Amino acid sequence: MSVKSRGVIERSLSSFVDALQHTFDAEEIAKKRGLLQRLDPRVKILSILPLIVIAALTRRLRVVIALFAVAIAVALLSKVPLGTLAKRVWLAVLTFTGFISGPALFLTPGRAMYSLPILGWSVTAPGLRAAVYLVMRAETAATFSVVLILCTPWSNILKALRVLRAPAVLVVILGMTYRYIFLLLRTAHDMFESRKSRMVGQLEGRELRKMATASAGVLMSKTLQLSGDVYLAMRSRGFQGEVYVLDEFQTDWLDWLMLALFGSIALLAFWFGR
Amino acid sequence: MHIPDGYLSPSTCAVLYGVAVPFWYAAFARVKRLLNTRLIPLLAVASAFCFVLMMFNIPLPGGTTGHAVGVGAATVVLGPWASMLCLSIALLIQALFFGDGGITTLGANCFNMAIVGSLVAHMVYRLGAGRSALSSSRRVMAAALAGYAAINVSAFLAACELGIQPLFFKDAGGAPLYAPYSLHIAIPAMMIGHLTVAGLAEFFVSGGVVAYLQRTNSSLLQQALSGKAEEHASQPLSRTNWGLTRPLWIRLALLMLLTPLGILAAGSAWGEWSVRDFSNPEMREKIAAVSGNIALPARQPQGLARLSSLWSAPFPQYAPPFVRRPAFGYVMSATFGSGLIVSFFLLAGWIFARRENGLSKGPP
Repeated sequence: MSVKSRGVIERSLSSFVDALQHTFDAEEIAKKRGLLQRLDPRVKILSILPLIVIAALTRRLRVVIALFAVAIAVALLSKVPLGTLAKRVWLAVLTFTGFISGPALFLTPGRAMYSLPILGWSVTAPGLRAAVYLVMRAETAATFSVVLILCTPWSNILKALRVLRAPAVLVVILGMTYRYIFLLLRTAHDMFESRKSRMVGQLEGRELRKMATASAGVLMSKTLQLSGDVYLAMRSRGFQGEVYVLDEFQTDWLDWLMLALFGSIALLAFWFGR
Repeated sequence: MHIPDGYLSPSTCAVLYGVAVPFWYAAFARVKRLLNTRLIPLLAVASAFCFVLMMFNIPLPGGTTGHAVGVGAATVVLGPWASMLCLSIALLIQALFFGDGGITTLGANCFNMAIVGSLVAHMVYRLGAGRSALSSSRRVMAAALAGYAAINVSAFLAACELGIQPLFFKDAGGAPLYAPYSLHIAIPAMMIGHLTVAGLAEFFVSGGVVAYLQRTNSSLLQQALSGKAEEHASQPLSRTNWGLTRPLWIRLALLMLLTPLGILAAGSAWGEWSVRDFSNPEMREKIAAVSGNIALPARQPQGLARLSSLWSAPFPQYAPPFVRRPAFGYVMSATFGSGLIVSFFLLAGWIFARRENGLSKGPP
């Protein structure tokens, strides 16, 4: 059976464009003057990361729901459009989580609450609770992490990882990786687009597969070539293997206040969610 | 297979972070020793490549498409150590930036896909490629199988991690706190998708990249980054290079020792019931409970009864009849099964080597 060549190439192109678009959106949000944007990146990581862990740790549904409300409040105060969150986080997580937790509604043994009209499957109370629990927990953790990332330029997040004792070399590698992702996304995009522009008919599945895997091979060759070029460029500027990260952040009263506030929320959530 | 936050208990996440850290440390030390100052640019750019490769849509037979993780291709070209670092960095960026996979579950995702995936891909590729020439079609098949095996082992691990959650973590009312399915549902649910779509995508990407590099730049297939071990990749597995394969054997032994973990699984795998289970009232109830409460036929299915007696396994239920302790039976079965697989590959390697020697000598 043949695969629609147009569909496959365009789907890859659309993945590359989506990734780029996601970055532009994030940069725009990070430039806004909201609550999280005002805070020191180190304070943001120290405030939000415990909330993500506690959302995964808590054993009470109402604590998860309260944390979700906090996440939405933080998003609103940081001027993150709820539409962006709904599209990029809530819907995506719900699709994945719902797919896994959906059958739990019917398969978990317990008191039947509702019976599906034609199939006769029963939604059980423990099943419903387990499904809601799982979905809410995943949504809460994902909302916190995406709000944190959207409100902080990537380079600042990486530097702030130093407060978690991340080695400087890891921070430098992550920073460079992020930059070269865009170069390689652009390269892959150009390869697919140029191929598409030269095609007049449709390729059969086998040829299309060969084209896609050969493109991956070309990208691999270019990657290794590029790493050699980058290395020579670094050497020519005096790189000896040592890496340094500039910690130019400064905290003010708002940072400490917010750290105390988020810390209190985390402690309360931990206490009530035991 | 990117497990999101909230699916695994914090203790499971902590254990898997703890297991992943020594691998990251060892891989970093090993790659740094080989690359020295070239380490940073190479890891950075290769990680970016792994990230972009995960976005490729791969057309599959049957008209569908799938995404590959790229573990097979990355391991064949970069070697297992650099591959596990690059994939971990790509997974970290995916989790942080795209919300694909959780932050608390990052250790688990890296362990499944980057660490175990790279090691399995390396092992299968080494065993499959043997000492064949760089341009040999056998290497293409070995790479394809390496990708397929790696992604399926990773999926199996992810399914086990998800499946043990309801065994250990329940609230006061007995409802599961994290992933709700036990092993007998989680494993088939995860493996069906990976044995077919995701596995095939990985199969074609790994094989396709190697086939392309063979035609254009076969020197990249020498695994220059994986160190001394790969300098001898063209030598047969024999007693003389025991040091070369020792880490692989140690890992295999560890995996064998861990096989009794399967005993933790409650109940039996869905669809793997024996004929006797159909006449056991207790088992009949259990089967109906996990099958949408659809009543079983009153008698055992005749075809099932007839065909089930065609072959009697020497080690039924992973426990030979003379072994009393189930855990020991599992280890024994793992040893026996692994021994069979290794013997098969040694024999295949020996036959291929003979054939290639015959071809290289040419006609008299």
